[in-house]
Amino acid sequence: MRWGVVQFPGSCDERDALRACELSDGEARLVWHEERDLDDVDAVVVPGGFSYGDYLRAGAIARFSPAMGAVAEFAAAGGPVLGICNGFQVLCEAGLLPGALLVNESMRFTCRQLELQVAALSPQEGGQSSNLPDERLSIPAKHGEGRYWAPEETLDALEANGQVAFHYAPGQNPNGSARDIAGVRNEAGNVLGLMPHPEHAVDPMTGSTDGLKVFEAVAGARA
Amino acid sequence: MGAVRARVLIRPKEGILDPQGKAVERALPALGFEGVGHVRVGRMVELEAEDPARLPELCEKLLANPLIEDFEIESIDGA
Repeated sequence: MRWGVVQFPGSCDERDALRACELSDGEARLVWHEERDLDDVDAVVVPGGFSYGDYLRAGAIARFSPAMGAVAEFAAAGGPVLGICNGFQVLCEAGLLPGALLVNESMRFTCRQLELQVAALSPQEGGQSSNLPDERLSIPAKHGEGRYWAPEETLDALEANGQVAFHYAPGQNPNGSARDIAGVRNEAGNVLGLMPHPEHAVDPMTGSTDGLKVFEAVAGARA
Repeated sequence: MGAVRARVLIRPKEGILDPQGKAVERALPALGFEGVGHVRVGRMVELEAEDPARLPELCEKLLANPLIEDFEIESIDGA
């Protein structure tokens, strides 16, 4: 399994993502934002940080980078893509995932370890959106703009299609996200985005290795 | 004919919680400004465009996220 981790000016979690890919039994390389060639990778991570300074809106400018053009083609061909935090924002801005991430309801930056409830996913034909076990994962979150929002009818459709991948565990929603949603998939099941940081939960030294399960699930999510 | 100067006003859509607006609204009574409500905080972008006909497209693709924001385009020179 060979991973590509996109690096924008302003990314800051790409090194941890590389390490997480390697710990999940893969090889990984950085993909500079001006690169267009993803032929040598089997899965892509769009990591956390503040791409292009998050000017205008988080992810708004990153979505126009050459690398994101390549990621869109990669995703359309069924390749697995994982967007974490800023990467989730970029994927939403690019239209690869539904919805948007707004300023936290509290107006405060949140940084804490929390529990994610893996949503009971309905298996989908073609995709493998049920390949995460129904359990709780202990993973840190750190963001100022993580309030997931989509129109009510979109939220209903996401739930009906099994596209909600993660909920914040009851009472742990850190940002006011609609219906406690922490992460969603696309309809085909190969693109996954979440606000919390699985790449920061891969070493027992920091208290949890649950993040590796997210990388392993993405590795098996070719649509 | 030169470029047209324009101003784009971007604001959160009705019905979307705007915590920035709420924070401003809550601060006002403490400063003695009573009776001010429905505060919404947005962004304003000034620009010069050689082809103003393309401004709406530019706003939809970059300056605003149409899912969560409304925008208005005004000509600055009154042209």
